[in-house]
Amino acid sequence: MTVVATEKMEKFLSNLVVSTTPSQKEAAENFREMDFPTTRNEYWKYTRLGKITNKQFTNRFDQKKDLDIADAIVSSQYLVVENGSIREDLSHYKTDFKIEFKTDTADSEKYTLDNTHVFTALNKAFYTQVISVSIAPKAIIEEPLQLIFVEQGSGVIANCRVEIEAGKSSQSSLIYTQISDNSVGCFNNSITTIEVDENAHFTLHKLQAGNDTSLSISTEQVVQKANSTFKINTFSFSGLLIRNNVNILVQGENCETYMNGAVITKDKEHIDNHTFVDHQVPNCYSNENYKYVLDGQSTGVFNGRVIVQKDAQVINAYQNNGNILLSEQASINSKPELEIYADDVKCSHGSTTGQLDEDALFYLQARGISKPKARKLLVSAFVGEIIESIDNERLNTLLHVILKKEHNWDF
Amino acid sequence: MSKTLLDIKNLHAEIADEGKAILKGLNLTVKAGEIHAIMGPNGAGKSTLASVISGKDGYEITAGSVDMDGINLLELDPDERAKEGLFLAFQYPVEIPGVSNINFLRTALNEIKEYRKETPITAKDFMAMVREKSKLVELDAKLASRSVNEGFSGGEKKRNEIFQMAMLEPKVAILDETDSGLDIDALRIVAAGVNKLKNENNAIILITHYQRLLDYIIPDFVHVLADGKIVKTGDKSLALELEEKGYDWLTEAKTV
Repeated sequence: MTVVATEKMEKFLSNLVVSTTPSQKEAAENFREMDFPTTRNEYWKYTRLGKITNKQFTNRFDQKKDLDIADAIVSSQYLVVENGSIREDLSHYKTDFKIEFKTDTADSEKYTLDNTHVFTALNKAFYTQVISVSIAPKAIIEEPLQLIFVEQGSGVIANCRVEIEAGKSSQSSLIYTQISDNSVGCFNNSITTIEVDENAHFTLHKLQAGNDTSLSISTEQVVQKANSTFKINTFSFSGLLIRNNVNILVQGENCETYMNGAVITKDKEHIDNHTFVDHQVPNCYSNENYKYVLDGQSTGVFNGRVIVQKDAQVINAYQNNGNILLSEQASINSKPELEIYADDVKCSHGSTTGQLDEDALFYLQARGISKPKARKLLVSAFVGEIIESIDNERLNTLLHVILKKEHNWDF
Repeated sequence: MSKTLLDIKNLHAEIADEGKAILKGLNLTVKAGEIHAIMGPNGAGKSTLASVISGKDGYEITAGSVDMDGINLLELDPDERAKEGLFLAFQYPVEIPGVSNINFLRTALNEIKEYRKETPITAKDFMAMVREKSKLVELDAKLASRSVNEGFSGGEKKRNEIFQMAMLEPKVAILDETDSGLDIDALRIVAAGVNKLKNENNAIILITHYQRLLDYIIPDFVHVLADGKIVKTGDKSLALELEEKGYDWLTEAKTV
């Protein structure tokens, strides 16, 4: 029996060319039978998806000979991905990381990816290649691998798929840089799976700096083995609609998990971070700190969920979300969710939202600092702890360059 | 005759939201090289006077004028007043986590220099200046690199105010209850710093409850502020008289 696809899904698919690979054809059929979530769905309560779901994106585009990436390069090894397709001719990497481009992603099941998630199904149906990055056991790699995701053209969808395996006792980091080269209304729908093996240290930096028409939904699905450390730093500085889902399954004992985020908005931007840490075993530590500075008529969403399972004793889980609203029209929905089923745990969460401290502003002004500059000083102090915690100097510089370009901030 | 640095005429001010009059026709003239002390009972309007002169939001000036060295301060934003050479040492210095004392002061100093069309200070000269001026109030150089006032003791906060005054070299400095919360040793250090900063080209206004500070910083004039006006002016002996007799004899005399 075939299920009749809804008109909405048909319309969404109308400009998309389906691959001939059987698994992708099947995924496309699955997608056709699904429906987009509405705000009645708790997971999407504060994010309306109309800007994406009412469009017809295309997955055909003319490759650009050169892409405007020079300013975004912060590592000597980088991979350039144009609208979801790898551009080996523009990339530059050594062999520290084992990099493969695959056409199929058969082993994704072990990450318990939620296949009913409509954007997961969309990605599975339309990704062009799977970028597989593995770090050899015991490898210590100083220089990060940078993935530069460039969107270009009009209304193009990019379904990026990355699989990362950080081998036992390895230490390494990746930098994602989402940028635009004259794009209009492009949609980046990406999935990254990360396995951090025993005693490995792995860091992912994500810089989201498309333009004010960029649409982005991305999911990082992480599994941590015993004694491992995983860090993710997310910088969302530009985009019309951004939704990040970070799901971390802590399977082994003695793990450390760090999630930091800095969100700076203007105009009508909407930026949503959903994080989920599942503490399944005892003796682990997680720490989360997300800061938002919202201007114009922009909206922010923060949802931080932590589960401490029944037998996961001696868990320390800390969560903080701070928000500054620079204009009266800006707003934030902040929701911490702690579900604790064990009895010997230390968990805390805090959420603060406010305007800039008027007394501090006056104090700075009374010393001769103009009001706009004083505001910048206070804002930079607020998000500074997230940005300055990045020990990669080139990335740190790039963050400042983009803040200056997008928000005219020089701090 | 030395020139007038601050000229306040018939100043009337009220709290903007409440329409409650606080200053009711205040007159004060301060000349270069002078130290003035303003004393008075709680609620007389001493801190309001400091706030109004420095341009804090929340007050409405209903009449009168405040000129500094010939410039109408009331038309200027708070930062422009500072750039013209006004300094307020806060009664309660604000803690600003994440902004380093150094970064903040260098930003302030260079903005002031830009306003005055002077060349900006180099990093090297700035650091030398920090070292020199922090000695003036025996401020630990380590505090200079910490966040503004964060985790400072009460005494350190007040010394930090005087350190900032030393760095910015104002024409007119208003010290709002700088002595409050200071033990005698800290008071001596702060007073010695202020005395070293005073010269024939600047002026200092001390707002205080207590005569104690005036043993260390000798004022040329002592004014009593009561019910929004200066009700009596004298020399330093007036402070001693106030210490002994309180303020009632002045405020009562007024109502007779």
